[in-house]
Amino acid sequence: MSKKMHIKLKVNGKDEEFLAEPRELLIYTLRERLNITGPHIGCETSHCGACTVTINGKSVKSCTMFAAQADGAEITTIEGIGGPDDLHPLQEAFKEHHGLQCGYCTPGMITRATKLLEENPNPSEEEIRFGMAGNICRCTGYQNIVKSIQAAAAEMNAAKEAAE
Amino acid sequence: MKDDITREERVDNLKGMGCSRKRVEDARFTQGKGNYVDDVKLDGMLFGDFVRSPYAHARITNIDTAAALEVPGVLAVLTAADLEPLGLHWMPTLAGDKQMVLADGKVLFQGQEVAFVVAEDRYAAADGIELVEVEYEELPVVVNPFEALKSDVVLREDLVAEDGSIPDGAHGPRKHHNHIFTWDAGDKEPTEEVIANADVVAEETMYYHRTHPCPLETCGCVASMDKVNGKLTLWGTFQAPHAIRTIVSLISGLEEHNIRVISPDIGGGFGNKVGAYPGYVCSVVASIVTGKPVKWIEDRMDNLMTTAFARDYHMTGKISATKEGKITGLHCHVTADHGGFDACADPTKFPAGFMNICTGSYDIPTAYLEVDGVYTNKAPGGVSYRCSFRVTEAVYFIERMIEVLAIKLNMDAAELRRINFIKKEQFPYTAALGWEYDSGDYHTAWDKALKTVDYDGLRAEQAQRVEDFKAGKTRKLMGIGLSFFTEIVGAGPVKNCDILGLGMFDSCEIRIHPTGSAIARLGTISQGQGHATTFAQILASEIGLPADSITIEEGDTDTAPYGLGTYGSRSTPVAGAATAMAGRKIRAKAQMIAAYLLEVHDNDVEFDVDRFVVKGAPEKFKTMKEIAFAAYNQAIPGIEPGLEAVSYYDPPNMTYPFGAYVCVMDIDVDTGVPEIRRFYALDDCGTRINPMIIEGQVHGGLTEALAVALGQEIAYDDMGNCKTGTLMDFFLPTAWEVPNYETDFTVTPSPHHPIGAKGVGESPHVGGVPCFSNAVQDAFRPFGNTHTNMPHDHWRIWKTANELGLHG
Repeated sequence: MSKKMHIKLKVNGKDEEFLAEPRELLIYTLRERLNITGPHIGCETSHCGACTVTINGKSVKSCTMFAAQADGAEITTIEGIGGPDDLHPLQEAFKEHHGLQCGYCTPGMITRATKLLEENPNPSEEEIRFGMAGNICRCTGYQNIVKSIQAAAAEMNAAKEAAE
Repeated sequence: MKDDITREERVDNLKGMGCSRKRVEDARFTQGKGNYVDDVKLDGMLFGDFVRSPYAHARITNIDTAAALEVPGVLAVLTAADLEPLGLHWMPTLAGDKQMVLADGKVLFQGQEVAFVVAEDRYAAADGIELVEVEYEELPVVVNPFEALKSDVVLREDLVAEDGSIPDGAHGPRKHHNHIFTWDAGDKEPTEEVIANADVVAEETMYYHRTHPCPLETCGCVASMDKVNGKLTLWGTFQAPHAIRTIVSLISGLEEHNIRVISPDIGGGFGNKVGAYPGYVCSVVASIVTGKPVKWIEDRMDNLMTTAFARDYHMTGKISATKEGKITGLHCHVTADHGGFDACADPTKFPAGFMNICTGSYDIPTAYLEVDGVYTNKAPGGVSYRCSFRVTEAVYFIERMIEVLAIKLNMDAAELRRINFIKKEQFPYTAALGWEYDSGDYHTAWDKALKTVDYDGLRAEQAQRVEDFKAGKTRKLMGIGLSFFTEIVGAGPVKNCDILGLGMFDSCEIRIHPTGSAIARLGTISQGQGHATTFAQILASEIGLPADSITIEEGDTDTAPYGLGTYGSRSTPVAGAATAMAGRKIRAKAQMIAAYLLEVHDNDVEFDVDRFVVKGAPEKFKTMKEIAFAAYNQAIPGIEPGLEAVSYYDPPNMTYPFGAYVCVMDIDVDTGVPEIRRFYALDDCGTRINPMIIEGQVHGGLTEALAVALGQEIAYDDMGNCKTGTLMDFFLPTAWEVPNYETDFTVTPSPHHPIGAKGVGESPHVGGVPCFSNAVQDAFRPFGNTHTNMPHDHWRIWKTANELGLHG
């Protein structure tokens, strides 16, 4: 047990401040300390992506990052992407195209997909498959996840065009 | 009275059977509001975790917990010595064996549970685990089941009598101290005779490797003993919550009404979450001891190394035929590696599951199957990973034997299948190994599949590719993988299927609310299959209320009727049938209410979509919504108020889904990398409830099949070290490795199921594994390959190419 560290985070727009041991993993901070249980734990080795969150604009697997490493960061989890009154097009598309089954990978999957579409608003199927390869799904075989992301991309591009 | 909408619109409004209704589960999952077991948080909750054995076989000479108990936050450390006075240091397994909850003097596999550290949080528990000092004395390790049957090393001293004799096991006589059972089916001598005198005999030995279901969410539970009320609540990743309640009652002595088991959202199961694990028992004990709720959640290594392996069947087959290719006999012997304890999850009377479906889709007059179960120093388990009990093994066996026979006969494997299929007019068909197949139309499915993929064209292309390869124009070979499978699912009839004495019926209870909506509760539990969506569709069609007005609830033993749970594709065949039957009871009462309201005789009204109408006068009707209200506000002579029904359904037979799959693969002989160019899957699951969900199940099952066939395995070294304990070594395909699949279907309803449905979740896995494997093997057939074992990872494919001299 080492000395506790003073950590500040902004999670889904809300400022958080707490003392934590240096070894505290970010996924633990989110799930246990802040009660943000959308991100899940699947492997603890950075392989499955169930714990994916966005940190300072980048997709990060929160199971292998210390909370201390995120000190001062802005973090977005699935809870910050959209709720009942303001669903994100990806959330709508995953339902519409049956892009999920057990739902365990879904928060990480959608969180990663939001960044993918920011980085590349018009991805080809190959680019989607490559860009999502850090997130494992055991149920869907990915075909409908790809379809969901394509549909959300089209929807978002159409909305952007309409707004311009 | 007239409607302002058409009959067709009324049907559409119900969102009943046959429509691709969107899933009601998705809103919470897409917004991060699922409630999985690790999301359950209770005041004062503690966290438990295991000290695990680094050795595969060792005697434990001492356990010192003093230092661990000094760690701030550590409250207790449980060992077998603490559990023994409670009689809980061992527990019964589903297979009639017993298993150590915590190591009782020795360990039998790497990762075995030795002590349970209970602490205020996960970090303190981890610190405590580091400081529990266990002294081991290593014993010789046996990881090969054939060697185990010859070895002097006794793995299970508890199963050897004091005079050194070997008492019978749960499934009869044992031949050796490391032998568990011999189980057989069919006619031994007649089969041997047919094979001895046959025109042609093909023989093969094959190893269906050990693997693991590996759902994305691991196993876990939260046990909370309320000492004031004497009630235990147990949340957990249970595919069979009611059975877990009964097991907990039997082993803990708590009365069953004082135990409430809740399966919350489950992050995939695939068989992993059927069994009862030491973590559940230790959590319950720890909660009783500390008086606080205790959570236990596996990490991924715990999961892969200790709970629920699948497969590990060494199979030897002989198949005989006439010169023309008509199969005359089949012989199969299996040496089944069950690990240190026999914890296989099978119906009691079937220690090798339904392996005796291994005659497959073919009319084979004579057959014999014999299975020997063996103890080794590996983890216990033997679950059905996305299949009905051992059906993947059976289907892989026969679909490989057909290919091997085709090579021997120098015949096309598609044609060999066609001339041996059970014919449509032969159903119901009693197979040589005992099962009565309820229905099938194999020729139609096969012809449709081969036509769609242009099978003849593919074979011509493949022949050209072989020429090009030989001429040095390409380094890629082409494989055409075929499989035609018949599953046996929906266990099962109580007369021959039980688990721990509990008959494998299932149940549904329906309450119609006054304003015309409803709640239905079932004995099953979804792990991603979408029960809340599809069971409401069955009910909508049966009772004429919209699916959107029907809540489906599962997984709480205090509220749901008793059922045996979800695995072996049994939810639709058994609980789905119960749902339809309970719905029909509702309808029968509704008919009487309608007749009363319309002032006619009961027989003068008939059901029409969402209402009862007076026969011959369709303008006179009462909708189900109106009837529901009447059930609560009318005093109808001779009819009780309310509108509720319950059905416990004991299926008369299993269901037999089938399908025809074709995989086209290009294989780079220099890198061993297979590229799946096309995968066509035709499934016949009988009546289709929700085509969107069926298609999703097929995609997922095929992907798990791809994993198993092309790389996924639980491997051990000679010391019994598990070499594949993390996702770094255990292959789970990503979006990058997985192709797009083409799905198709035929519909052959089950004649005995109330709505004709057969179950589909596991078909694609069962049929997919041999299809991927056959594609790899087929690519090398022109160069002399008969059989190579899975998993066909890049290295093994390269090695096959190398051994066949294809690297020059």
